[in-house]
Amino acid sequence: MKYLFPILAILTGILLWYALSIALNPVIHVGGITLQGAPTEQTMGNVQRIFYYHVPSAWTAFILFFINFGASIYYLIKRCPTADIVALVCAEVGVVFCTVVLVTGPIWARPVWGIWWTWDMRLTSTLVLWLIYVSYLFLRRFSSSGQTPVLAAALAVLGALCVPFVYFSIWFFRTQHPQPVMGGGGSIDPRMLHVLLINWLAFSCFAFLVCWSRFRLEKLQREVDEAHAMRSLMDEPGQSPPMAKASIGKSGSAK
Amino acid sequence: MNSTTTISASSAKGKTVSGITRATLLKDLRLEWRSKDAINSMLFFSLLVVVVFSFSFDPTAEESRQIAGGLVWVAFLFASVVALNQTWARELRNQVLDAYRVSPAPPNSLFMAKSLGNFVFVVVLEMLMTPLFIAFYRLRSIGPAWQLLLVAALGTWALVVNGTFFAAMSIRTRSREIMLPLLLFPISIPAILAMVQATTAILNGEGARFWIVLLVTYDLVFTTSCLLLFETVLNAE
Amino acid sequence: MTDHAPVITVTNLIKQFGRFAALRGVTAEFDGGKLYAILGDNGAGKTTLLRTLAGLNHPSSGSFTILGANRFRDVCDQIGYMAHPSLLYDEMSGMENLAYFARLYGISEAGQRCSEVIRAVGLDPTLRRPVGQYSQGMRQRMSLARALLNEPKILLLDEPFSNVDLRSAGDMVRLLVELRDQGKTIFVVTHQASLLEGAADEFVWMQSGKIIGRTQALTAPEPGA
Repeated sequence: MKYLFPILAILTGILLWYALSIALNPVIHVGGITLQGAPTEQTMGNVQRIFYYHVPSAWTAFILFFINFGASIYYLIKRCPTADIVALVCAEVGVVFCTVVLVTGPIWARPVWGIWWTWDMRLTSTLVLWLIYVSYLFLRRFSSSGQTPVLAAALAVLGALCVPFVYFSIWFFRTQHPQPVMGGGGSIDPRMLHVLLINWLAFSCFAFLVCWSRFRLEKLQREVDEAHAMRSLMDEPGQSPPMAKASIGKSGSAK
Repeated sequence: MNSTTTISASSAKGKTVSGITRATLLKDLRLEWRSKDAINSMLFFSLLVVVVFSFSFDPTAEESRQIAGGLVWVAFLFASVVALNQTWARELRNQVLDAYRVSPAPPNSLFMAKSLGNFVFVVVLEMLMTPLFIAFYRLRSIGPAWQLLLVAALGTWALVVNGTFFAAMSIRTRSREIMLPLLLFPISIPAILAMVQATTAILNGEGARFWIVLLVTYDLVFTTSCLLLFETVLNAE
Repeated sequence: MTDHAPVITVTNLIKQFGRFAALRGVTAEFDGGKLYAILGDNGAGKTTLLRTLAGLNHPSSGSFTILGANRFRDVCDQIGYMAHPSLLYDEMSGMENLAYFARLYGISEAGQRCSEVIRAVGLDPTLRRPVGQYSQGMRQRMSLARALLNEPKILLLDEPFSNVDLRSAGDMVRLLVELRDQGKTIFVVTHQASLLEGAADEFVWMQSGKIIGRTQALTAPEPGA
C-alpha cells in the first residue's frame, strides 16, 4: 500500500508522456515501434492540437465537480469529515482544470479566429462553472472553521443544481446568437477521438493523483489541528496554582 | 378565538406555520417602514444607478431597445444586492435571531418571510426605476407588456430567493457585505441570462417562451432547495 | 408543586472553538424547582454551557438531557432563554415585540398574556416607546418578560443583571424567587453573585471549562477540592 502511490505516479507519468506525444505528433517512434498519433487538422493546422488539452480538461473538471456534489450531499446527511475533505479537494483540483480550459481557449482562438474569446458553449459554461466553484472556495476561506463544512456543502449542492441551467441557457443563447465553435461541431475523425480519449485517461489519472496528495495533506493538517485542540483540552491555562495542577494530575479525571 | 383550544397539536402547528410567516413578514415590513432611513437611501441609490447608466450607455431610440433588457436587469441586480445585505442585519442586532432559534417556530417560515419581504422591497425599487428607464431610454414594448410583468416577477423572485439564502450564509462569514454578491452572482448567471434575453425579446416583439420556462423551472428548483437547506444553514453553529 | 427529580443532566460535555476549549468535560445533574447561580471568571465556560443547553451551540462531544429529551428542540416550548443582548427589536414597543414572539410560540390570547408578563416584570404594557430607547434596566426586564411568555418550566438566563441599576436588579431577583417557588427551575449566569445571595439554592462554580464546585453558601470552593 505504501508503494501504491509512487507506482501509480510513475504509470501516470508514462501515460501522460504517451498522451502528450500522440497529441503533438502524427506519428511517433518508440524503440522501433511506430505508433499512430493525431493527424494534422486540415483547416487549422497544428494549433488545433491544443484541442487535446482543452476538451479533456473540461471533462475532468466536470467529473471532479460531480464528485464534489456527491461528497457534499453525503456530508449533509452523515456529517462525515472525510466527505468534507473529498469535497474540498475535488473543488480545488476542479478549479485548476477549469482554469486550464479557460487559458487554452483563448490560446486556440487567437491564431485561428483572431479573437481572444469566443462565446463558445463549452468555454462559456466552463467560465460559469469556474465562477461558481471559485465562490465556493471563497466561502470556505471566509467562514469560521466550525461552520465551514456545512455552509460549503449547502453551496455545493446549489451550485451543482445550477449546472444544468447553465448548460441549457447557454446552449439556447448560442443557437440564437451563433458563435465560432471550438472543437468541431460535426463528426470527429476516429484517430482524433482515439488521441482525445487517451489524453482524457491520462488527465484523469493525473487528477486522481493530485487529489490523493491533497487529500492526504488536508487530512494531516486536520489531525494536527485536532491534536492541538486535544492538548488545549487537557492543559490547564497558566493562572491555576501548581497545587491544583498536581492534584488534578494525580486524580487523573475531572470532578 | 377559543377554538384554538380544541384544535389538536399537529393541525394547530400547521395553522401556525403560514401564520408565523405572515407575522414575521408583517413585522419586517413594519420595521422597514419605521426605519425610513434605509428605504430612503435605497430609493435614492436606485435613482442614482439609473442616472449613471444613462450617462454610460447613451440611449438612442433604436439601439436602446436592444440593450435595455440588459441594462434594466443589471440595475435591478445592484439595487437588490444593497437591499438584501441589510435584511439579516436587523436580526443580528441584539442577537434577536437567537430568540427565533430557541422558539418552536420552524426555520422555513423565517426563510419564506424574509424572502417575501425582500421580494416586496425589491419590487418597490423596481417600480421606481422602471418608469425612469422608460423615460430616459424612450422604451416602447413591441411585444405584450403583461409578459414583461411576468418576467419581472419570475426574475426578481429568482434573485431574491437565492439572495436571501446567501445573505443568511454570509452573516456568518468575515467580510459579509462582499460575500453576498460573491456567492449570488455566479449561481444567478443562468437566471440573469434568461431575464435579460426574455426582456429583450419581448421588447422587440419576439418570442420569449423558452426563457420564461427556464425561469419558472429555475425558480421552482431553487426555492425548493433553499427551503430544504435553510434549517441546516441557520443552525450551523 | 416542586419536583426535585433531575431536569437537566450533563454528561462529559466538551465544546471547542478551533483550538480553544470552552467546555472541557462538564458533568452534572440539576434538580427541578431550584434556583442555580452559575459563577466564574470570564472564559470559564458559563455562557457556552448555557448556549449549548439552549441548542444554540452544538457540543463537540458529550451529551445532555433536558426535561428528558436529548435535544433542546424537542422541548423548546417549555424553556425560556435570555441573554446579555436584549433579543428584542429596537424599533418596536415592548408590547409589539412580545406580541410577535407570542406568535412564534403559538400562544393564543396573546394580548392578555403579554400584558400579564410585562406587568409581572414591573413594566407598563401600554408604553408605546420603542425598546431601543429604554434604559438598560427596563430592557433587561422586557427581555425577561419575553423569556416568560411561554410559561416555561426552565429558565436559562445569561447575565440578566448586566449593567442594570440596583433597584431593577433587586426586583428581578425577587421575581425569580417567586418563579422558583412556583416550581420553575432557574439557571442564572452572572458576575454579580452578591445579588443572588440568599436567593439561590445552589452556587455552581466554573473555571476553565469545568465545574470546580457546588456550594450552598456564597463561598468559593478551595482550588482542587
